[in-house]
Amino acid sequence: MTVYNRDGMVATIQVNGDVRPLTRGETVRSLLASFNLKPEKVAIEINKRLIRAADYDKDLIEGDVVEIVTFVGGG
Amino acid sequence: MGNDTFRIRDYEIVNRLIVGTGKYADYDIMRDALDASGCHVVTVAVRRERLVDKQGRSLLDFLDLKRYTILPNTAGCFTAGDAIRVALLGRDLLEKQGNRGAGWVKLEVLGDKKTLLPDPIGTLEATKELVKEGFTVLCYSSDDPIAARRLKEAGAASVMPAGSPIGSGQGVLNPLNISLCLETLKDGDPNYPVIVDAGVGTASDVTIAMELGADGVLLNTGIAHAKDPVKMARAMKLALESGRLSYQAGRIPKKRYATASSPFEGVISYIPGE
Repeated sequence: MTVYNRDGMVATIQVNGDVRPLTRGETVRSLLASFNLKPEKVAIEINKRLIRAADYDKDLIEGDVVEIVTFVGGG
Repeated sequence: MGNDTFRIRDYEIVNRLIVGTGKYADYDIMRDALDASGCHVVTVAVRRERLVDKQGRSLLDFLDLKRYTILPNTAGCFTAGDAIRVALLGRDLLEKQGNRGAGWVKLEVLGDKKTLLPDPIGTLEATKELVKEGFTVLCYSSDDPIAARRLKEAGAASVMPAGSPIGSGQGVLNPLNISLCLETLKDGDPNYPVIVDAGVGTASDVTIAMELGADGVLLNTGIAHAKDPVKMARAMKLALESGRLSYQAGRIPKKRYATASSPFEGVISYIPGE
């Protein structure tokens, strides 16, 4: 269910640079599941702060900027 | 080479070649090249997960995490703050994998995209912060011996001067500066680890770095973009062993004039000037 903010606008979050509507009860864990990603294969940042796995079940809030990262080839 | 290892804090480096995982044509070639190189430590980068058009093949599926110690880098970071964020993310990922690389980071704070040369001030700032965070920091640096000394003083577990710009294949452009870095960093602390990082184009570049007295060499493009990466990986391995042995054996001093290998005593020939 989409969340509306105080102004009656659709509340949004940003995930890896893309803006998307915030659904009620959305957490890091549910977000990862929706992308078919295993929590142990990624690391998560919200608003430029590392989020540890113990906090993956906390609700996301409007305006959260989420980064989902993994390892790629590099030197 | 037997037990010719060295240490970076808690990490015992069994093979002195550290190889990157970037820029291979595919993961299968990467895996075979890493195997041929004999390396035990491989570098990786931290990037956004692809949320759409994901092909399903991930780097982690092609790296044997029991065999390799993963050294996450902060490549692509241009500020100390971003490098710290990326280092924390890399550590979290490796902790989840149970890989022993979770304690260290290859720190890169870059000055600009064109040269990819390190920002000395940003690198120094990030080193101090990451040391506070408990990281074993391996610092990508320029070949400036004074910058290298400052990084060591800030707590870097290893300073890694660049032979030449990243991916340039120009080899060790300034052997004098690399040897000055080695002299400065190892003064009174001979076991302080110094790794030549970046710029290797071909096998002889690795030998030169090792002959100068480096503890190891870190490279990526020289193997990944060779016509035959697996064969080049083997060449790099042999070159490293050659350079290391040569350094240990001790080269002869350079002389201005020739010195005959066959004795002049007893010659039956005419000698000019005598």
